[in-house]
Amino acid sequence: MSGSAVARNGVTRSGAARWFRRGPWEAIAMTLIGGGIIMLVQPWSIDLYSYSFVTILAGTVGFVIVSHFPE
Amino acid sequence: MDTMTTILQPDHATIPGVSKPVKSRAARRVHGLSDRAIAWLFVAPTIALLLAINIFPLIWMIRLSFTNLNLSMSYLPLRFVGLDNFRDILTDEDVWFRLQTTAQFVISSVALQVVVGFGLALLINRQFRGHSFWTTIILLPMMLSPAVVGNFWTLLLQPQIGPFNYLISLFTGVPTSSFSMTGQVSLAPWTIVLVDTWMWAPYVMLICLAGLRSIPDYIYEAAEVDRASPWRQFWSITLPMTVPFLMLAVLFRAIENFKMFDMVNLLTSGGPGSTTELVSISLKRAAFEKWRTGYSSALAIILFVTVFGAANIYVKTLNKVKQR
Repeated sequence: MSGSAVARNGVTRSGAARWFRRGPWEAIAMTLIGGGIIMLVQPWSIDLYSYSFVTILAGTVGFVIVSHFPE
Repeated sequence: MDTMTTILQPDHATIPGVSKPVKSRAARRVHGLSDRAIAWLFVAPTIALLLAINIFPLIWMIRLSFTNLNLSMSYLPLRFVGLDNFRDILTDEDVWFRLQTTAQFVISSVALQVVVGFGLALLINRQFRGHSFWTTIILLPMMLSPAVVGNFWTLLLQPQIGPFNYLISLFTGVPTSSFSMTGQVSLAPWTIVLVDTWMWAPYVMLICLAGLRSIPDYIYEAAEVDRASPWRQFWSITLPMTVPFLMLAVLFRAIENFKMFDMVNLLTSGGPGSTTELVSISLKRAAFEKWRTGYSSALAIILFVTVFGAANIYVKTLNKVKQR
């Protein structure tokens, strides 16, 4: 079964629906936001600090997008 | 004849004994509009206000963050500088240190608030005489304005006339004028943590109390049947079932403390030196003392995105708690 999978309730899911599920993507976006905030305030490396905003921005924009994915 | 029965619309057929309600001019004007249109009509002023005072300044600020605008030299032509302001901020060690100071403040005060708030919630959750009175007293600081809190703590902490130094002196024997809670490098950061905890621990208490009250009694009854000690009940029932609520309190207070400005500005103004200079105070200095508008707009955007990202996590956690 290359393009579809059978879900727990027996309904066949297409490949896209299988990949673009909200739960795991939201977890990734939240990890990015959390990681970015830690990078922003950590006292060890200024390089990490420099890339913190991009990380938070990617996580936040990602979160807004993936929160519209189906459950 | 009764007023209700006399005022009838002449163009409608009337049923004897039944009166029709009088339609106002406004009602007649909206007659024919769909429910959706009427809803939009009511919401439109709010949306217009929101656009004018929230969205427009935000868009304007985003625009300014890409320019070299300096309000003390506003005669200079406005020049587009691309991402230079962001690059300056994200390579500036001073801003980095201010963010670290902010993080230290957030971590210390939130940790203390959770410990104190949870402890108070455990106490208040028991029924005792004067329960409501003490709950009200504990909640009072939370209801005060941060400006009021900042001002009266400034008075309380005065080295010469403040009662705080007097009390410390009474218990330790240290002379009252020998230390200043807001003027000493080693004490000032703890002072803002102390005042913030005094003000916001009751809020954490309220959230924890909601968590404690949501635990069904039968779980404790079953634990007692199993002869579980109160200590074991706390670690196996109370704490695990209150953790989602604690998470909520931690996230909310962390976001609020990250933005903290008013109280710290009144208490220490970021001093002594820059010991308590939180990033929000740096932002205010860049914008309204150095007049670096473009630079401060970029810093404001960085803070906005950070808080917005954290708020997303907060809302997600809130929904999980609601589903529980």
